[in-house]
Amino acid sequence: MNWTAIYSIFSFEMARFFRTIAQSILSPVLSTSLYFVVFGAAIGSRIQEVEGVSYGAFIVPGLIMLSVITQSISNASFGIYFPKFIGTIFELLSAPISFIEIVIGYVGAAALKALFIGVIILITAFFFVDISIAHPFAMVAFLVLTCISFALMGFIIGIWAGNFEQLQLVPLLIVTPLVFLGGSFYSISMLPPVWQTISHFNPVVYLISGFRWAFFGTADVPILTSLMAIGLFTSTCLAVIWWIFRTGWRIRQ
Amino acid sequence: MPTIVDIKNLRKAYDGGFEALKGVTLEIREGEILALLGPNGAGKTTLISTVCGITMPTDGTVTVGGHDTVTDYRAARAMIGLVPQEINLEPFEKVINTVRFSRGLFGRKPDDAALEKVLRQLSLWDKKDSQIRALSGGMKRRVLIAKALAHDPRVLFLDEPTAGVDVELRKDMWEIVAGLKADGVTIILTTHYIEEAEAIADRIGVIAKGELLLVEDKAKLMARMGKKQLEVQLTQPIEAIPAALQSDALTLSKDGSALIYSYDTRGERTGITKLLADVAAAGLVLADLVTRQSSLEDIFVDLVHDDNKSDTKLGGEGVA
Ligand SMILES: Nc1ncnc2c1ncn2[C@@H]1O[C@H](COP(=O)(O)OP(=O)(O)OP(=O)(O)O)[C@@H](O)[C@H]1O
Ligand SMILES: [Mg+2]
Repeated sequence: MNWTAIYSIFSFEMARFFRTIAQSILSPVLSTSLYFVVFGAAIGSRIQEVEGVSYGAFIVPGLIMLSVITQSISNASFGIYFPKFIGTIFELLSAPISFIEIVIGYVGAAALKALFIGVIILITAFFFVDISIAHPFAMVAFLVLTCISFALMGFIIGIWAGNFEQLQLVPLLIVTPLVFLGGSFYSISMLPPVWQTISHFNPVVYLISGFRWAFFGTADVPILTSLMAIGLFTSTCLAVIWWIFRTGWRIRQ
Repeated sequence: MPTIVDIKNLRKAYDGGFEALKGVTLEIREGEILALLGPNGAGKTTLISTVCGITMPTDGTVTVGGHDTVTDYRAARAMIGLVPQEINLEPFEKVINTVRFSRGLFGRKPDDAALEKVLRQLSLWDKKDSQIRALSGGMKRRVLIAKALAHDPRVLFLDEPTAGVDVELRKDMWEIVAGLKADGVTIILTTHYIEEAEAIADRIGVIAKGELLLVEDKAKLMARMGKKQLEVQLTQPIEAIPAALQSDALTLSKDGSALIYSYDTRGERTGITKLLADVAAAGLVLADLVTRQSSLEDIFVDLVHDDNKSDTKLGGEGVA
């Protein structure tokens, strides 16, 4: 392993993030606050409690997941697409590093940035609602695993994308709907039976459910199922990455 | 001199099936400057990209310092610096940061003194904190060179380093290249400017349609293929070459005011003495004599336009 190279990629990507740190912090803080005002105050005043948790607190795990998932994907996909777009990828390809090291550098940085945003949202949430975390270690583990797996997915999208439209396509058409319909703002059990069944085909449901379990100890699906779901998703992404590595698909001619 | 880059029967077919390299064999010697000449689309960039790992070879092998570029790519690539043809740089990044990044990417420990040396060598030190987008085109090209040199490569590939660069900057570039050679760096550069190859290269390779037509010592190439012309200017124009003077080597200029005699510097005898005697015997009066040596450019144009690649001689026609 060429750790110096991995660190170079990682710190170069992080530097890009910290150059715009104010913006990086401000936008999640602002959007989270808006969610609390709209969902927490307006809807929350009618819903009161979900599964024994105040509605304001109930949406916190979903809100974090929503941001962390979109951030992981966009950070990683942009991170690797940008060098392809401006041509600086030649340097990665001609350096004495393997594809795996490139992945660790870019995905690591993308995941850490998303994690950072997730933590900021959690801190912001403390100002609006009372939350206690039932299983802190599980919460952190879920968060980190989500950041990494979706950053892997973002990396794959960035490799695949041939233009900026394609870069936005998967997040816009697939990920955002799945996340919004994944129970960020409601419990699956609140849905009519048909929609409950359909929801079980949405992988994000398992993530949000598991994450919510870490906070409140209650969940839509058993925690083991959630763990298996995220494990399966991570393995799938790793398998695709491995295949790209073997074939040089869209990277090396 | 030992071989540092050994290219054996290298083939590259792109995805569409187009064969951009058709079996190139080339040994690059340690410490030399090799200039690769060739028309657009000849395969110069493909050759460099395949050696540097940007594209994978379809067939054949390349070793750098004895390390295979596919099976032992880490050791091979660590020795190589690459300055690409296109100016590929991150516009919003500071010069020093991209150079530092390049060094790290090649697995070298941070060393600000080494980077300062490189930046000073390229007259970029006072620009180190500038954003790249604020630099001129010539300076951007220097930044690319600085990035390529950041890890102290033993072999440097320069893909058209002076394309679109003004005369002064081109001379600067030549000095930089000469300085690197003095440091023991082996340099392979591609160019469309024949004067450039003539001015700085030790050896010259000519590539066209994916094939290496020749590689030769510059001086030897010039001597071997060097053809001279003697122009015998006459006081009175003539209609035709007098019968006594008829020979393959002699032509009459368009306006009939000069005889153009082509001869070979390789030959034992140039035939000039006899020609001049014959001219005098034919009763022609000389106004002046001019000799011209064919430049590398002529040789190059001739080679590339010659479909029969084994026939590298110049034809009998005069060159302008
Ligand atoms: N990625 C690619 N896919 C398909 N064909 C390619 C690709 N890159 C280059 N080629 C083709 O391979 C041939 C050689 O191209 P290359 O860029 O190596 O030429 P070159 O000698 O560097 O030319 P130039 O002087 O214009 O830079 C060209 O016919 C080109 O169209
Ligand atoms: Mg080229």
